[in-house]
Amino acid sequence: MAINIDNANAAAVERIVEARPVLTGLGRALDLVPGMHENLLLHAGPPIAWEQASGPLRGALIGALIFEGRAADEDEAVRMIAGGEISLSPCHHHSAVGPMAGVISPSMAVYVVENQTHGNRAYSNLNEGYGKVLRYGAYSEEVQERLRWMHEVMAPVLAAAIESCSGLDIRALLAEALHMGDEGHNRNKAGSILYTKQLAPHIAKGAPDPATAAEVLEALGDNALSVLNPVMAACKAMADAGHEVEGSTVVTTMARNGTEFGIRVSGLGGRWFTSPCPQPVGLYFPGFSAEDGNPDIGDSTITETAGIGAFAMAAAPAIVTFVSGTPQDALNATMEMYEITAAEHTAFTIPQLDFRGTPVGIDLRAVVETGITPRVNTGIAHKEAGVGQIGAGLVRPPIELFTEALIAFAEEYGF
Amino acid sequence: MDDPLVADASAGAPATLAEIRAGSYYDSVVLMQLQRALAALPGVLDAGVVMGTPANKELLVQNALLTEEVERAAPEDLILIVRAESAQAGNTALKRVDDLLSARRSQHSDAYRPKSLSSATRMIPEAEWVLVSLPGRYAAGVVRDALNLGKNVFLYSDNVSIEDEISLKESAASKGLMVMGPDCGTARVKGVGLGFANRVRQGKIGIVAASGTGLQAIMVGIHRLGGGISQAFGTGGRDLSAEIQARSAKQALAFLNDDPQTEQIVIVSKPPSASVAQRLLAEANACNKPVVVNFIGSRPTKGQQEGESCIRFARTLDETAEMAVGLTNSAESALDSGPGSRAPQGTGEPSRPVLIPGPHSFLRALYSGGTLAYEALYLLQDSLPSVRSNGLLEGGLTLDNPHRSQGHTVVDLGGDDFTVGRLHPMLDNDLRIRRLLQEAGDPETGLVLLDVVLGDGAHPDPASELAPAVEQAIALADEDGRSLPVVAVVIGTEEDPQGLGRQVEQLEAAGASVFTRHDEAVRAVRDAFVGREDGRKSRRSGPASSVEPGAEDSGSCSGFAAINVGLESFTDSLRAQGAEVVHVDWRPPAGGDDSLANLLSRLR
Repeated sequence: MAINIDNANAAAVERIVEARPVLTGLGRALDLVPGMHENLLLHAGPPIAWEQASGPLRGALIGALIFEGRAADEDEAVRMIAGGEISLSPCHHHSAVGPMAGVISPSMAVYVVENQTHGNRAYSNLNEGYGKVLRYGAYSEEVQERLRWMHEVMAPVLAAAIESCSGLDIRALLAEALHMGDEGHNRNKAGSILYTKQLAPHIAKGAPDPATAAEVLEALGDNALSVLNPVMAACKAMADAGHEVEGSTVVTTMARNGTEFGIRVSGLGGRWFTSPCPQPVGLYFPGFSAEDGNPDIGDSTITETAGIGAFAMAAAPAIVTFVSGTPQDALNATMEMYEITAAEHTAFTIPQLDFRGTPVGIDLRAVVETGITPRVNTGIAHKEAGVGQIGAGLVRPPIELFTEALIAFAEEYGF
Repeated sequence: MDDPLVADASAGAPATLAEIRAGSYYDSVVLMQLQRALAALPGVLDAGVVMGTPANKELLVQNALLTEEVERAAPEDLILIVRAESAQAGNTALKRVDDLLSARRSQHSDAYRPKSLSSATRMIPEAEWVLVSLPGRYAAGVVRDALNLGKNVFLYSDNVSIEDEISLKESAASKGLMVMGPDCGTARVKGVGLGFANRVRQGKIGIVAASGTGLQAIMVGIHRLGGGISQAFGTGGRDLSAEIQARSAKQALAFLNDDPQTEQIVIVSKPPSASVAQRLLAEANACNKPVVVNFIGSRPTKGQQEGESCIRFARTLDETAEMAVGLTNSAESALDSGPGSRAPQGTGEPSRPVLIPGPHSFLRALYSGGTLAYEALYLLQDSLPSVRSNGLLEGGLTLDNPHRSQGHTVVDLGGDDFTVGRLHPMLDNDLRIRRLLQEAGDPETGLVLLDVVLGDGAHPDPASELAPAVEQAIALADEDGRSLPVVAVVIGTEEDPQGLGRQVEQLEAAGASVFTRHDEAVRAVRDAFVGREDGRKSRRSGPASSVEPGAEDSGSCSGFAAINVGLESFTDSLRAQGAEVVHVDWRPPAGGDDSLANLLSRLR
């Protein structure tokens, strides 16, 4: 056995850091996402059965079948899923990621992000904005109408604009956004404006009429999360580049399905390590409290996995109030993550830390040794389907996940 | 975490309650503060917060703080135990533990505290030294990391194995680095005191010391006499043993010989192995600077005295200071060996003369400084019959139980018997106060001798706690119809954070006879017991200093930077001295899970 873990980790992280994710297109999931078929719904987090699914995930699955025209109402949708007519599969098994419930159905539009260094691709759906939205489990007519507009009006315009600008470098966009107060997960204000700005001329040129162009631009500009989904796909493309490096203890997936938190490790292939999802700690919107909160949900932890999000908290002092902290706490959050990461990012830097690279490449060994678990910035979903976001805060995966994975790693490689 | 275990819980009756937390680690200062805070809660009569080592459990027994559950605690278990007026009060107190712990933690919410040595190094790359004061079983691993990062190490921890000490010192030497310790209590590098160190003048005397309080007493003595220190290296108490072969001492000696700031060299140690001594003295003799040697408690052989031209031998710590400063030239003239002999350069009599102890009573010397205890034994052994100690003198009489005095007793409360998983008595007076009151209640106790060591790293105001205890002890004996003379020797300088004068005043006001020279205090105690006090009284020592003080720069920090892993008080004292320091918020690897920690070391 001649496994050198340090070298393997260095190789994995080098691939993550050198990946150059570029947004190259937008199209139908059925046509683009590997393994997608008519009777499949993708969801966030590790694998889960309908019976174990939490409120927001159930709502989103129901809403997606109604959107697809496969089910007329909730009862029919539930019958189809529970009866096995419709299969469920994690986005992560299909090179895809989705925020919150992360449900992607066959006819939904997906962004295509291509890692131009290594050639792998990743996919994510469109961001619906705030309020009553499918990703928080809402599926009322109002939600359906919004989804229809996004797919019938907005998606074709975006697809044309992306094609017209011949690729949008998301890594460069993120690097710039980090210097403008974003951390790329909970705060994407600057990134969304940069995204809108870059697409704007192409939207103006390609839209069927000025009114549609204005409508699409308004939707993009008003939504401080417009760029979140392309960013997540970019992070997925980067993390996947570092996956399946023999002998590496770098964590390449962290994801939650609202019931369980799951991780995967570069050197352990497709194997998931899961444990019950903790409840985020944070600030609740007026009228809501921790009792209303769902256990943590979503694939957006791919941002932390790729070295941004909570790992780049130092760059985003504006949002430390979510954990009722001070700007110093934001610096300390990033400093703490250096303790468990294998490297510092060469593309993503933090002005507040003298342009030090963000901590990247969570090393399983360091997590177990220090007892420091990765920080994750997160939105908090209401536990009942359809209510939506009720707060934002911080969550950390349970240490047991990492201990279990480390032991499995030692067994796998005969340590 | 277990539920509180109730030993005697009939409502309203005094009860002893304990809680065991498996696999916990806390800085021993934190444990001390928690113990204090628990004891101060309403209805709590006494409290103990210690790691479950056999020695600590023995201490709990001494204080009637033990339950069956506590007896079963393992060394890595944290024991929380309270004796309270009622079971309810005890339970309430134990429930406050987490609040008390987190209240403390929130005081440190500002600047980032690294969790590992490597991230600390990244924050302060200029640091050349790492201070390690973790529990012994974790210390060697951290020292190894420090050496691999190219740092010198000041290793305060004790309970480090001989094998580890040898391999660490070999590894250091191969990298051109130094390991001071294990069990190194004090040092002075670039004008900054490490560990327990007194504020003394910067000067021309370099010291190599295999003894912590010995080094402190010498530095304080040199300062009192107007001299100053260039560098002072501790080596750890075992360095001059046959196993370790003076690896650190030789390194330090070579450094001082080459150091342009150093004009005189002092070597101090408990009696070394003969062959090691011979080789070290040969190297000392090869130095091109004068060397003063004090192998405490061993008289130089004729051959040594005549043969080694640049080496002179001193017999007490204070005499060592005198010879280094150049006030005396002969070892023979310095030590009084009988009645009427002159005490050179003393600090004067205490304002309160030492009273003669009652008949058939014994000395109880309760030391915090190991070397001071050792020197006391050495100075007393020929005059007092059968002085027992907790294994201080090889071949000497040993106490059956270190927690119980027998006849004349000199006990080092900073010894391993007392400090495993517990704070040193220079930081925590609790153990000594308990022992002092125990002695006061013993009709065989005739006189109590205490040392009070000041300086950075030590308790911020020891006399404020010890003086009331002295007063209480005297009163306790008095109620019993006995008089209890208490002698205290304060080792420190006026520049120390605690202030020598303020400490002396408080102890004197409490009824103690206070000295500032250790050999003088021990002599006075000896004289009190052998009834030679008349001879002493006629003697009045000369002025404290014959060298003009202030001639040399007082200790100023010249860009010293360090990383501290362990006791927070070391970080505080380095900062107070103007040094750059980063404190590592250290936790045991894998949360103290040994099998995981082993797995991790295989996966490194």
